[in-house]
Amino acid sequence: MADQAMATRKAPLEGLRGGSPAATVTPAVPASRIALRAPAESVSALSAALGVTLPVRPKTSASTAKRHALWLGPDEWLVIDEDGADLMAAAASSNALHSATDVSHRNTAVIVSGSGAEVAINSGCPQDLSLAIFPVGACSRTIFGKAEIILFRTAEDSFRVECWRSFSSFVFGLLSEGAIDAGH
Amino acid sequence: MLLIYCPYCEEERSELEFRNGGDAHIARPTNMAEISDEEFEAYFFLRDNPKGVIFERWRHIHGCGRFFNAARDTVSDRFIATYRAGEPKPVLDAEPKTPATVETYEALEGAAQ
Repeated sequence: MADQAMATRKAPLEGLRGGSPAATVTPAVPASRIALRAPAESVSALSAALGVTLPVRPKTSASTAKRHALWLGPDEWLVIDEDGADLMAAAASSNALHSATDVSHRNTAVIVSGSGAEVAINSGCPQDLSLAIFPVGACSRTIFGKAEIILFRTAEDSFRVECWRSFSSFVFGLLSEGAIDAGH
Repeated sequence: MLLIYCPYCEEERSELEFRNGGDAHIARPTNMAEISDEEFEAYFFLRDNPKGVIFERWRHIHGCGRFFNAARDTVSDRFIATYRAGEPKPVLDAEPKTPATVETYEALEGAAQ
């Protein structure tokens, strides 16, 4: 009898390290994510079910422990759980009208941190990332080179860059180049 | 780089995040099956292509994803106003004085060259 082949999961950026002393570029640990769309009437029920208050102001986010809700549009959020909890089930338990899509494997994330993090990201992103305009907790869908990213500032010198997994090698490479330039 | 004010994000963003969506305020005829070919052509294909203020749809595709409307000067590329989809055309104060300040090809080179 033939041996059964077992598929093993491989994270898109596994083992990569990049950057410079000014800004380190590292892959984020696997997380679960949902793309959530819901009308205004469902927001409070969904917030209770997810355990994190869905923000309703542009460019803002809300976090509890390792779960983050990022405002993307007037009725659209990206919810990330860094512990890999089942967000689909949590959203479904709200019993409120919504549309949730599991994008845990579609997206991957890169952590950019260090004094040169802003400069590294600005090497391919046109947004103003100064602290006054893009404070800690701010988030935005935007563009990085040719790839669409979701930018989330987790600390004064640290960003989480979410991108589609098929763009991840491009995003990681350009961020690393930007981080090297940030050291000059 | 142009900065465009998104009425949903309530912020000016780079033009790289936006995509043009054609003319705004074009109402689809409700009696589509009854109108003549000429009327359909006028609705579907014919546009004014003005030199000056134009009302357009824009989409913040690499941002909030929303369509909104904008009044733009086609000579200077200046955005005069942006407003949410579904809102009526804004009353613009006056025609912008662009021909005097913008270096168009005609102004710089003249017709002879």
